[in-house]
Amino acid sequence: MAKSPVQFRLNGSDRATFVDPGDNLLVTLRRGLNEFGPKYGCGQGACGVCTVLIDGEPHLSCLTLAVACEGRHVETVSGMADGPNLHPLQNAFMDNFAAQCGFCTPGMLMAARALLERNPNPTREEVIEGIAGNICRCTGYEPIITAILAAAGNRGQRQA
Amino acid sequence: MLEFRKDLFANERDDNLNVVGKGVQRQDMPGHVTGRSPFFDDHAFEGLLHLKVVRSPHHHARIRSIDTSAAERAPGVKRILRAADVPLNKNTLLSLIGFGKDDEPSLAVDKVHYKGEPVVAVIADSEAAALAARNLVRIDYETVPHVFDVEDALKPGAPVVNDTYPNNYFEYHEKFDHQKLRFGDTEKAFRSADIVMEERYQMSPIEHAPTETNGTIAAPEQDNRFVVHSCAQGLFFSLGTSAKILKLDSNRLHFIGGTVGGGFGGKVDSITEPLAILGAMMTGRPVRYVLDREEEMLYGSPRGAERIYVKDGVMRDGRIVARHIRSYFDAGAYTRLSSYAAVKCTAHIPGPYWVPNVSSDVYVAYTNRCPSTAMRGFGITAVDFAIEVQMDKLAHAINMDPMEFRILNAYRDGDMKPHRRVAKNTALIECVQVAAEKAHWPISDNAKRMSSLVGGGEGERSQIPATPIDQRGQIGRPETRNAPSTQTLPAGTSRIALSKQPEMEGSRDARPAAANVPRYEPARPMGQPAVQAPAPLAPMPPPASPPYAAPPHAPPPAPPPGATPQHGAMRFSSVFGTRRR
Repeated sequence: MAKSPVQFRLNGSDRATFVDPGDNLLVTLRRGLNEFGPKYGCGQGACGVCTVLIDGEPHLSCLTLAVACEGRHVETVSGMADGPNLHPLQNAFMDNFAAQCGFCTPGMLMAARALLERNPNPTREEVIEGIAGNICRCTGYEPIITAILAAAGNRGQRQA
Repeated sequence: MLEFRKDLFANERDDNLNVVGKGVQRQDMPGHVTGRSPFFDDHAFEGLLHLKVVRSPHHHARIRSIDTSAAERAPGVKRILRAADVPLNKNTLLSLIGFGKDDEPSLAVDKVHYKGEPVVAVIADSEAAALAARNLVRIDYETVPHVFDVEDALKPGAPVVNDTYPNNYFEYHEKFDHQKLRFGDTEKAFRSADIVMEERYQMSPIEHAPTETNGTIAAPEQDNRFVVHSCAQGLFFSLGTSAKILKLDSNRLHFIGGTVGGGFGGKVDSITEPLAILGAMMTGRPVRYVLDREEEMLYGSPRGAERIYVKDGVMRDGRIVARHIRSYFDAGAYTRLSSYAAVKCTAHIPGPYWVPNVSSDVYVAYTNRCPSTAMRGFGITAVDFAIEVQMDKLAHAINMDPMEFRILNAYRDGDMKPHRRVAKNTALIECVQVAAEKAHWPISDNAKRMSSLVGGGEGERSQIPATPIDQRGQIGRPETRNAPSTQTLPAGTSRIALSKQPEMEGSRDARPAAANVPRYEPARPMGQPAVQAPAPLAPMPPPASPPYAAPPHAPPPAPPPGATPQHGAMRFSSVFGTRRR
């Protein structure tokens, strides 16, 4: 099977690789580009641990064809921090014990970031809806919801 | 939020603590929020190969033939692994601590014992190639009858699930078919109880469903070693298991792990590690073996199903006077950790309540279901479910408040437990009182005044009662399952000196078996009853009189002809098969 070239921006850097036409973005990121932020949980769009942002919109990378990302901007958890300075969501997750095993955290953070970027001051219900596609098996959702609400509260201060 | 009650057990607690009661940051939290925590699959290797296994589509079948020729020629395939490639293709997890017999192959040899059992492994240079080649493996099966129900599995004539245990039960100390607990005389107490209630409880298997599926990446390292990135919850346990199966010195395995994407007990079985390492040994390249979600959910070992019968005798004033529990733990096709679950279950009976007469028989049964394993309190959770539902039903039956019923029967400090140990640091009364308070559940002033520190061990609560034991003092032999008791351990018997422990026939310490003791025959030809009438017994020894003393054993190596059967002892055994030290 002929490989196709694909080129996209990954966390602000231009990256190129060869993929099979059926390769999904998750495998391409992890095994093609050694970007291990998004995780494999189910491969069928049920768990949300592979969530990435494509042009700012949350997408399940296991259900996204790599070739469909040509020329677009893919963001993962690895690009959230600004050097040593963590994103407010990352700090809020730390402060509120919003991770235990940490496996759902990268996807959870991307879903939360997409939410806050389109709705900087979400209600609790909107937060719950925003992470409804992401499964957590150990922390429990309560600290995660608390963390996202706390980050929303902090955002204004940091941007000001 | 945590609440520390200063009014409860104040003098048992040091308030000058550095960590307890304070929020302390997890060490791995920065890695988690930046995506840098190194899970087993987050490692890049040049020339990484992918392993996929071919699984049995049948619950129980003989393998007539395996044809891998087409799969070997498929594009990208580097190697096919079959049973003969596994250096030691039979293992049981707890063999590392000398418990149980090796009963489970890494790849099935001539039979499959559950749907999903691995038969052949395909290693290819991409996941897609491995999956495509997997479909080209031709296996000819001859299905044979299967059994799914724990009680059916123990019936005469049931299909033999696991050839290592041909009676479909795990053999404790290589001869006993269950874990047994005896304390007081439950039968007598049932006869004098106001109400006797027996109920049947069933808990289904439960998949752990971690967000990270089970998996391993193994790769050749320098100095003839292998580096193994593992999902294992017990990393060194997994290392030992892999070294045994692969017949490698453990210092040739370099296990890296500890960052586990959710385990809950489902990552102790070391199922992926040995095959991934074997693949790396055979190909000289890094090999990745990761279960997909379907495999994880269908064939990743679950919490074992349990069927539990609880029979209680209760007085109208609310006192439980007897509790008998008969429980069946569904091991699935292989032992894994189920043998340990039954030990834990027995150690937990009768729950957090003081009951003067307690007995239990806990079986581990083999069925043609996916082998079960550890999961969060396994062995205890199900029996607790049964006991607590039963507690509500009993409270209802005697028209008593369920909270007060629990308070009345709760262990208090100083009570004697059926395991001949004194209850310490008990707190159920206070837990129920606080729960009632939080739930605004009214309880009587009397119940509010009760305390775990008061009244425990008073009178018979501290006593070990006289305890009938089974025929010939033996425990757990199939032919004695329903036999009436013939001896009684006098009150106060807490343990029997090792020198006086009974000499069981067929014991593994090489002492010869007593000549005329009927020997249980494990062979179970089809159509023939498994429980055969025992051969005529030698005359019983005179009843022991206090203080209890078992007759001396026959002097080895030659027991006198006609040696009388030996007394037995209540054995509450740990997984090591010895008494607790």
